[in-house]
Formats: sequence, C-alpha cells, structure tokens
Amino acid sequence: MAPYFPHTEADVQSMLEKAGLKSLDDLYSDVPSEFLRRGAYHLPDALSEQELRDWLHSLDSQNAHLKVFVGQGAYDHYTPSVIPYLTQRSEFLTAYTPYQCEISQGTLRYIFEYQSMICALTGMDISNASLYDGPTAAAEAMKMSISCTRKKTRVLLSKGLLPHVIKVVETYAKFHGVEIGYVPVMNGQTCPNCLKAELAKDDVAGVIVPSINRYGIVEDHSGFADAIHAEKGLLIEYCDPSALAVVKTPGEWDADIAVGDGQPLGLPLCYGGPYVGFMAVKKDYMRKMPGRIVGQTADKEGRRAFVLTLQAREQHIKREKATSNICSNESLMALWVTIYLSLMGPEGLREVNRLSSDGAHYLYDELVKTGQFEEVFPGKPFLKEFVLKPKKFPGLMQQKLEKAGYFAALDTEEGYVSFCVTEKRTKAEIDELVKIIKEG
Amino acid sequence: MKYYDKLIFELSKEGRVGYSLPKNQFPAAPELPLQVKRTSALCLPEVSEPDVVRHYTNLSQMNFGVDTGFYPLGSCTMKYNPKINEEIAALPGFNGLHPLMHAGLTKGALKVYQEMNKALAAITGMYAFTFDPCAGAHGELTGLMIMRQYHMNRGDLKRTKVIVPDSAHGTNPASAAVCGLEVVEVKSLENGRIDVEALKPLLDDSVAGIMMTNPNTLGLFETQIKTIAKLVHEAGGLLYYDGANMNPLMGVVRPGDMGFDIMHLNLHKTFSTPHGGGGPGAGPVGVAKHLEDCLPDIRVSGFHGNFGVILRAYAYILMLGKDNFKKVGQYSVLSANYIKESLKDLYKLPIEGVCKHEFVFDGLINDGAHDDVPGATTLDVAKRLLDYGFHAPTIYFPLLFHQALMIEPTETESKETIDAFIAVMRKIAEEAAADPMLLHDAPHNTPISRPDETAAARNPILKYQDAN
Amino acid sequence: MSKILEGLKYSESHEWVKAEGNVAYIGVTDFAQKEMGDITYVDMPEEGDDVLAGEEFGALESVKASSELISPVSGVVLAANTELEDAPEKVNEDAFGSWIIKVEMSNAAELDALMDAAGYKAHIGE
Repeated sequence: MAPYFPHTEADVQSMLEKAGLKSLDDLYSDVPSEFLRRGAYHLPDALSEQELRDWLHSLDSQNAHLKVFVGQGAYDHYTPSVIPYLTQRSEFLTAYTPYQCEISQGTLRYIFEYQSMICALTGMDISNASLYDGPTAAAEAMKMSISCTRKKTRVLLSKGLLPHVIKVVETYAKFHGVEIGYVPVMNGQTCPNCLKAELAKDDVAGVIVPSINRYGIVEDHSGFADAIHAEKGLLIEYCDPSALAVVKTPGEWDADIAVGDGQPLGLPLCYGGPYVGFMAVKKDYMRKMPGRIVGQTADKEGRRAFVLTLQAREQHIKREKATSNICSNESLMALWVTIYLSLMGPEGLREVNRLSSDGAHYLYDELVKTGQFEEVFPGKPFLKEFVLKPKKFPGLMQQKLEKAGYFAALDTEEGYVSFCVTEKRTKAEIDELVKIIKEG
Repeated sequence: MKYYDKLIFELSKEGRVGYSLPKNQFPAAPELPLQVKRTSALCLPEVSEPDVVRHYTNLSQMNFGVDTGFYPLGSCTMKYNPKINEEIAALPGFNGLHPLMHAGLTKGALKVYQEMNKALAAITGMYAFTFDPCAGAHGELTGLMIMRQYHMNRGDLKRTKVIVPDSAHGTNPASAAVCGLEVVEVKSLENGRIDVEALKPLLDDSVAGIMMTNPNTLGLFETQIKTIAKLVHEAGGLLYYDGANMNPLMGVVRPGDMGFDIMHLNLHKTFSTPHGGGGPGAGPVGVAKHLEDCLPDIRVSGFHGNFGVILRAYAYILMLGKDNFKKVGQYSVLSANYIKESLKDLYKLPIEGVCKHEFVFDGLINDGAHDDVPGATTLDVAKRLLDYGFHAPTIYFPLLFHQALMIEPTETESKETIDAFIAVMRKIAEEAAADPMLLHDAPHNTPISRPDETAAARNPILKYQDAN
Repeated sequence: MSKILEGLKYSESHEWVKAEGNVAYIGVTDFAQKEMGDITYVDMPEEGDDVLAGEEFGALESVKASSELISPVSGVVLAANTELEDAPEKVNEDAFGSWIIKVEMSNAAELDALMDAAGYKAHIGE
C-alpha cells in the first residue's frame, strides 16, 4: 500500500454509496469498455522508501562527480545554503500560481522583488515574473519584436550567441513563420558593418546579440541601437545576469528587450534544468510582454498588496490572440534568484565576477604558456569564459582531465576548446589542471 | 497567516553583507575596457544572512500550499508532493551534473530518462517521449510543432488549421497561434461533449489536427472519442491529447489506445512534482510510432528539459509501482463524484452524471439576491472559502458557464478533509442565502482583504523603484 | 438603461460614429462600457494607420477581459485620443464624450449600413 492514499476500504464504500455507485469500476461506466485496461501496467513493482533511496543513490553514483571548468550556458557558481533551505519551505514549494492573491502574498511579494532586481541588473524598465530558460526567453523576444514592429518579417541572430540559443530560436521561428537572418562574428565580436548591411534590407523586426558571446568575449555594441532604431527594429540583448554587475547593461546599450538565463545566479547545474529565463523591456513594450507580471496596489484597508496584473495580454483571456502561450513559468527558480541576489548584494555579485575573472585569466595565461594552444582572439576582453585553439586533437587531453576529476576543454563547433572558471575553482585545482595538460 | 509588510529592499543598510566568498588567490585580471563596463549604480539590497532568512520566512507565512491545506484548484491537480523526491533531487551527482557532459559521464541521468520513457509509454500507450518542454503549455506547443512537422515531412503543406473545442484550456488556442496554426473552434453539446455533427463539416484537407482534453475541462469523458478519432484520421489529421486532465485515467485508460497520436503530460500535476508557486514544471511530449521521426528536429529548450522535475516524477512512479497505479485514477474520480453528489442540492450542477477527477458547478442555487442587494457570485464563494482555511477552486473557467466553479480534490485527500470542505461549502451556501454582503466582503481572515486590481492595471507599479 | 444618443450611427459591435463631413469620430457605446466594467487600458492605432470597416483597430482591456474594437468605417486615422492613454476611466465616465479615433473616411457610404439610435436600441434589447 503506497503512503499517499488516505482512503480506507470503509471510506471507499461510504463514498461510493453517496455517489450512488456500487463499485470503483462504475466510476468509469461512461468510458467505452474497449478502452478500459484490465490488469496492471508494464511498470516496476512498488518500492519502499528505503529501496527507492538506495536505487536513486546508485544512479546518482553512476554520474561523474567532476570539477566543472565549462560554461557555455550553464555556470557552476556557488549556491549559498540559505537558498535551498528557504526555497524548500512548503508554503513556497507546494503553492501554485497566485490566483488567490489574499493567500499568496508571499509568492507575489517575492516575484515583485525578483522583477525589481532583474530591472536593476539589466537597467530596463519592466520585468516579467520569469520564463522557462534563456533560449526560450530569446525565442519569446523574437516573437515579440515581430508583434511590436510593423510590416517587418525578419529577425537577425548574431552568430556569437550560444549554440543552444540559436537552435531554440530557429525552432520557434520556423513554426511561427518568422524568417531568421544571421550576423557573423568578426574578430571575436558581432560584426557592426554586417549588421548594417542586413538592416538596409528594411525587413528587420529585431536583432538578438549576446552581451557576452559564445567565445566568452564581452561585446562592444556601440552604435547598434541607433542603427537598429533608425530602421524601426528592436535591439534585443542576450545576457549573463551575473556578469551584468560589471559589464555594460542592456539599458546602457539602449536595448529594447533584455533576455537571458538566470542560472548563473546560484542555480545548480542539475543537468540543464530547472533554470529560469528572464525578460525585461522598455516601458513602451509593457503590454506586448509575455508571461505573468506582478504589480503593487492596495487592499480595501489601504494596506500595500500585490496582484497579478496586466492579464489582458495573457492566454486565458486572449486565447488565440495572446502574445504568448506561457502560463506556468519557473516561479520557484525566480525565488532562488531573488534570495541569491539578496544575499550577494551589489558588492557580493561584483566579487563573484572578480574571483571568476581573475581565476579565468590566470588559467588562460597558464594554458597559453604550455605551448599547446593558439590564442584565437588575443587581447579581446573576457570575464570567466574563453576559448583556445588546441594545436593537436584534444580527445586524449579531455580523457586525462576527466580521469583526474575535471570537466574542461569542451569542444566547440569551430574546433576550439572552451574553458570557464567560477569562484568555486581554486588555484590548486587550476594548477593541477594545467599540469595535466602540460604533461600531455 | 499574518500580514507582513516589508520588501527586502527596505531592510537594506549600506555596508551589510549576506555572502561569504573565498579569498582571492589570483593576480588581478585586466580591467574591462570602459566601453563595455557597467557605469550605472546597481540597486540590490544590502542585507545580512539572518535578515534574508527571517524576511523570506515571513513571506512564506502569507502563502497557502498543498502542505497547508486542501487545494481543490480544478485542472491543476494539486496532489500531495512526496518529500523523498526532494531529497533525491538534491543529490550531488544529479544536482552537479553539467548539461554538456557526454554520455559516458552522465550514465545515471540517462538511465532516468530511459526508464521514464519506458514508464510513460506504458502509462499512456505512446511510443516515445521528448522531455525538453518545461511546462504544459510548452508541451502543447512542442506537440503542435510535431504535428506540423509530420505534415511537412509528407509534403502536405496546406494543413494549417487546428480544431479546438470551445471548452478548451486557454493555452490550447494560444499554443496553436504561436505555432503558426489557425484555430477553428468546435462547439460543445448541451451534455458538455464535443458536437460530432458540428465537427464533421470542419474536417477538410486544410486541417492539421484536433486538440482535445479527455476528460474535458468540465471533467466529462468524451464518450464519442472513438468516432472523433476515426473521423479526424480519415480526414488526414492527427489527434493531440492535452494531458492536463490525465489524472483520472491513470492506470485505467491510455490516450494511445483512444487513438491519440501526440500528447503531453504535466509532471507537476499528474506526477506529483511540486508546483513551486507557478513552476518549474515539466511537459514531456509523447508520440505514436509513426511520428517518431519528427522528434529530433524540434528543440524547444536549452538542454534536456527540467531534469530535476523529471527525476522527482521518476521517484513517484517507482514508489507507486504497478500495483498502486490504478488507485490514482480511481480515488481521484471517487472523491470528485463524492463532493459533487454532496453539494449539488445547493450549487447548480449544469450536467448530471458521473464525472471524472473534477466537475463544474455554475454558481449557487440560492445566491441570496434580494431588493437592491446583489446575489453572491462564484468569486464571493471562492473568497469566503479562504476564510475557512481552504484554497478556492478554479473560478470562471471553463467559459461555457458564467459562474463556473471547478473543483478537483485529487486522490491524496482524506475523506475527513473532504467532508470538512463539504461542510464549509454548505455553510457558505447558507450564509449567501441569509446575507450575501458577508460574502461580498470576504475574505475577512486573510493577511489582506480584496485588493484594488483595477488600480493595479491602470497605474502599473511593477518594481520597487517605481513605488519610491 | 444605457444611454443612447440621437444623431449618431451605431455598429453591431457597439461602436458609435459621429460624422462631420468626411471625418468620423469613433468611440464605444455606454452599453459597451458597462459590459466591460472598469476599463484599464485602451489600445489604439497610430495616426496615419489605415482602418477597414469590419476590421479590428484596437482593444479595450479590463482586469479580467479584453474586447476588440471594430471599425465601423474605412479610412485613415487622423488622430487617436491620447488622453485615454493615461485616463482610460474616461470611457467609463462618459462613453459618448470619449472618442477613441478620428478617421478620414474613404467611403462615407459605409455609414448607411450602420444603425441609427432606434435601431441600436432594439439591437441591445433596451
């Protein structure tokens, strides 16, 4: 007997009686009998809790427990213990979307705080309550740029965006009927002249560019907003929100939409999810933004209160005319981010960047010194992530690193290898990693 | 629950910190060029760790979850969330796994996907699943992409319409529109089921498929499903199953057997993973064998979907095992019928007969309206329930009934809890008949009373900085 | 009882038209604003946009609903009533005093297809 069913045999009988039914089978009397399954499904036998724990521990131990020196969209930053402790509170964990605001002020308040913090990080006016992940947030921004502009049919993607972002946006665009164009990377950054050439075709609704690109380079977007706005398109910045503590913000670049993945803000790697997509926009586009939004108001006694607002944009009201189909998002992960940013504060977040960047530059310099790599983009600014070109096939090196407990030097499409250093990585680890590579 | 009025920003004091980071052992990296450097201030709170813990603990105490009490929110399947699943999802070998690690490094995680694929196929009668979608609506969109891809692969490019019943979840038409499909609505009959005669003339060669929820959003089984499946397939279309209402069919009926070609499941509903205040969820999409080829082209999330959620659902399936599975469906249906029969003398039941896991009332039979005093509405009943320590049902959905009150108890609530709910619903009906004003003013015992939603929408204050 | 003004033209979707020569002022009726409840936002086209008779030109929003605005006539938008951007409640307070768009009609004969006050009164069953 599984522990999740409170009904006793006597309960079942008395409830059936009240419903005027004789047996549990009668509950399905409206289902054509050919569709009723007799007998058990092809599933495992029930486990006891102890057996379940043992089995999943055994699966857990089949995964490699490595020190992570790779980013590419998923960053191994430190998670303060306060976060899992608080996010496991069942009042947060086992609630749903705050439809009944009078008994959901906890959720509504943290979402309001989350929106405020995302605006602070991005320098934008308005944030929603979260989206699924970074790539889908970029896809939503792609759709939004089409609906915010007139007679424009094409969205441009920088080739510097992370590969998984490009793939998801392409998938959404294909089915949404949006044509995608590409802006190549020259000298390690989205090429301004190529962008201008594409804009001249007069059909561009939006342009998605990475604040920090797939090579880890912090991009210079001087002149991008002016060029795009002159053609009545939208500038969309794809950002690492952790890095926004130190790099120029979408607001400072005069972007119209900022999107990205909140994962670097203390979310565990967890094999790719749950993460949390964020989106923040200029005020002009408030009513075109997808997703839930929380606003401040007052209750009948004049006390500060928070509600889901601007719902006329959403699917449950607009149905096929909605700006997006999203409803459930990643609320608990937004709480995760909110608590992380509360703990870190402005100085903590800057320090995380300092530690990561100092460690990454140290590793970069040490790797170049081994003589086994060519620099790909010498002199270009980067923070925690970079690529190098291995002089020989990197397979053996990667295997050795794995064996020694390191996940590093990830192959890229271009034939480079990618490294990332966060504040979790120590100098001793970096020195050992370099030593393994040096030994060949 | 008590009212607590702080925002984390209001606890901030310059110089306070809530972090502890390692000492910097590295030489300083070169400064970023001014051109790409942030120069604006960063308005984040400066608070200590105890400040943070106390603040969010206080916030949590203004919240109601499944662990707090009965949460009969229709179409959301607010069942109990087993705690062992949380423990497992936090194991370091799962939690610390980088999504770009190759298969040799992620054997345990891959095993979870393989086993889940097998289990969900057994439960639904589908052939294979993709685990990329992060929520139900995301699954719908993915499923519709697969539907379109199937027709494209066959060179059948004129199929651009999708049929959606008027009782459908709002996400159905919205997902179709996002997927570039035109929505054609099919009406329901008086008995709440799809009008097969109205469906027939819609089925031409421009139809990509139909989206259905079965049981539908009224909690009623679509008894004509076999005919509908035959008609749609003969017209060259596909059948999509919205898994939001899968719970009553668990262990009893499989969508694949009913003729559905594509479906999604809401793991946060049917498979007990926590709703998290509105996510993370997971919306894996299953397809019949003839659609398997369409899966690889469709990439809808960054990596492998919400692995942490999939892992919890896997643990749930293992705990239940094959012997208990059927009880999920049966008990969820039993509880719903029990509540329906216990209240239908006081609340309007528009459609008689056995329901599945949920059912819809159309407001009070006696709403207490007299002279100039308006009667108690469904909103009033919902708000009054909060006073008595229950979450409200889903209200004003489906749109077919103007005072819709949609109740879904789930299989994890005891008869005692359900009886207490029934007693309160009866008491509220009496209160409405005697004094509807009491209900108009409800709730009375919650941290806040009804807020001014019109003011919120007219003058949006959407961040702390706007309010100050 | 909803207010209905004589001398205006009415559409089935509850818009009113006040024609002055070739220029039409378009708003929503008192009946429509009552049905919507508290209006929170009026979505309007921009000056210079084309509108077509029978086609959507904007929307009214309340907290729980969104309702399309359908143009009764075809033409070019001369102006949108930007006052409503910050004060959508004006539509609730005075539906006939709050025009939403001003249109230069391309075919004034379209007015003939619309209802007069008596016809609209019958249409809403009051």
